[in-house]
Amino acid sequence: MGKLNAAAAAQIREICDRYKGEKTPLMMILSDIQNEYGYIPLEVQEVVSEKTGISVAEIYGVVTFYSFFSLTPKGKYVIGCCLGTACYVKGAQIVIDRFSELLGIKPGQTTEDGLFTLDALRCIGACGIAPAVSINGKVYPKVDVEEVEDIIASYKKEASA
Amino acid sequence: MALVTIKIEGVSHQVEEGLTILEAARKCGYEIPSLCSFNHGECNQGSCRVCLVEVKGARGLVASCVYPVSDGMEITISSPAATTARRMSVELLLSNHNQFCQQCDKNGKCELLHVANVTGARADVFGGVHSEVHIDKLAPGLVRDTSKCILCGRCIERCKNAHGLGILGYENRGFNTFVSPAQDRGFNDSPCIQCGQCVSVCPTGALMEHSEIEKVDEAFAAGKVVIAQAAPAVRAALGEEFGYPIGTPVTGKMIAAMRRLGFKRIYDVNFGADLTIMEEGTELLGRLKNGGVLPMITSCSPGWVNYAEYNYSDLLPNLSSCKSPHQMQGAVIKSYWAKVHDVAPEDIFVVSVMPCTAKKFERQREQLKVNGLADVDAVITTRELARMIKRAGIIFERLPEEGWDQDIMGDYSGAGVIFGVTGGVMEAALRTVYYKLTGEEADPITFESVRGHEAGIREASLDINGTTVNVAIASGMKSAKVLLDDIRAGKSKYHFIEIMGCPGGCINGGGQPYVREFFLPHEDDDIMDTYKEKRARALYLEDKRQTHRQSHNNPQVKELYDKFLGEPNSHKAHELLHTTYAARVGFNDPE
Repeated sequence: MGKLNAAAAAQIREICDRYKGEKTPLMMILSDIQNEYGYIPLEVQEVVSEKTGISVAEIYGVVTFYSFFSLTPKGKYVIGCCLGTACYVKGAQIVIDRFSELLGIKPGQTTEDGLFTLDALRCIGACGIAPAVSINGKVYPKVDVEEVEDIIASYKKEASA
Repeated sequence: MALVTIKIEGVSHQVEEGLTILEAARKCGYEIPSLCSFNHGECNQGSCRVCLVEVKGARGLVASCVYPVSDGMEITISSPAATTARRMSVELLLSNHNQFCQQCDKNGKCELLHVANVTGARADVFGGVHSEVHIDKLAPGLVRDTSKCILCGRCIERCKNAHGLGILGYENRGFNTFVSPAQDRGFNDSPCIQCGQCVSVCPTGALMEHSEIEKVDEAFAAGKVVIAQAAPAVRAALGEEFGYPIGTPVTGKMIAAMRRLGFKRIYDVNFGADLTIMEEGTELLGRLKNGGVLPMITSCSPGWVNYAEYNYSDLLPNLSSCKSPHQMQGAVIKSYWAKVHDVAPEDIFVVSVMPCTAKKFERQREQLKVNGLADVDAVITTRELARMIKRAGIIFERLPEEGWDQDIMGDYSGAGVIFGVTGGVMEAALRTVYYKLTGEEADPITFESVRGHEAGIREASLDINGTTVNVAIASGMKSAKVLLDDIRAGKSKYHFIEIMGCPGGCINGGGQPYVREFFLPHEDDDIMDTYKEKRARALYLEDKRQTHRQSHNNPQVKELYDKFLGEPNSHKAHELLHTTYAARVGFNDPE
């Protein structure tokens, strides 16, 4: 496994130090790393393991358990389609299938140009506006399958601007 | 401890407060089938749902392994609701389990099959797909096969408890969950020390030793001169596989069985242990006298050596350069023994019977080859030896007591025997070091202060003829880490440290027979707490009965030095009996 360079390792250590006093710091550390770097590869997990004393296998387990965490770099825009029960009965599967079709990627994958990542999310707690789609934190309520094309286009336009 | 009154099946019992229903019921004479719970809550997830019982007033059935008893509690184990629910839990587990039981080496010791029998689980009740299978057969010591895993988490907890390592963890979620070293890596591509503690707690055949029985078969078929050597801890536990009470030494019958399996010679690794003491004792005295690197740490346990190479490579100079006893003995067999018997070393096939899975890794180390030849060609565990004996149709109980082959390396001292228990190598070394420093034997012969049978740290300070020797003993990497961190920080006051990979030493090695209270109805109730002590006692008993109690008094060891090796730590001895270590990267790139 390639080791992190010293500067990157120092940054990860700094993130770990933010939660020194916490009883169970792992989720917070991983959230920060995910937010700041977009993904949490194994070599980063090794540094977190060293700092926290939590085994790499356990950290890896947490990273692969939560769909919010990623092992590979994510795209500039992360499209999260909620597939929780409420969204699902309101047609979320058709919505995510449409995203998948238009972007040419499966859920969990990133487009070759690095622009979009498509994620299938479990309940994001927005059942009242099902089916919900969240893109980089912006939530789209009651998404209709016909809207998907326009949503993608708006981000492509934003990216090229 | 306070007592509470509970009712089981309408009958009142007084039990200790704080026990789980499962533990309390056991004390009252009931065995509730269970899987994920293990060893007084060492693993207690309440996840498998096999131990469901009815508790009056509770909402639904409760998992007895995590539910504590309370005063006035009324428990029903045998109600139709409870028995049906337990049966269904097992049927659900079986629905995602490869049921090739007849090909499984765990058959006969499998807890899943046991609870399936007990609960009356029916075959193929639930159809559907199985989870993706992940198999790792590349590590020398261990095999992982997730098609047999029930996700109980015992292996994960044991690795953490014994070693603080946590090599194994859950990966992914839901139906895709499986247990593995991170990233679905092989054990070889992770900092796993291959001690096999995970194997010894696995309820199914998901984690097993990497069997080398076939290798032994091939050697016989190829007409090799197949020589067997058995480690001390094997005799203290092999009998368990044949129904003997735990702690029954079965040395004589074991030798008789091995002779019937066709081995050309059967030697005791204790000879190698005596040799190790001569070399290691001399090395220690040399380091003390010449200002060498201290503390010196023993190197007999390959699990510990693996741990050191992964995690404390800066302390590798502290490790004794001595090979482990069976490697030393293998090297002597392929040199001196071969010469005396006029056999080409290439035609000799040395099989070590070990309580250990890491020894399978050790024997393949590049550093343990002499002129390109490995010292040892196959390592089988105590469990594998039992399998070979059963396969050959040998009725173990009816075997006579036989003795070791006597030529060249048939003699051994009591010091060699106790290598199998934590503190044993230390005591054996002290017996010889005392003699070397004073010119007379220690009286009493034994050094009780270093004895024990559990994990944790013991220490002693001895004044031998004006020389103070501070020693410490640790087994299990969690304990060892404390001593190692002190050395790293320059705070260690010790001269000599014994470290064993498995908690309690080799008697509790990852290749030893499985100990499960419900498979052992004739053992004491507290057998999970006492089995290590009982096995250790068997070794101390054999030590007591030996004519020679100190390694330097083993006449054949003396003869070997006189005729072949010269002095301990001589050039020849270094060539054959010593080795080197190298730092290793834990998460190296998988192929």
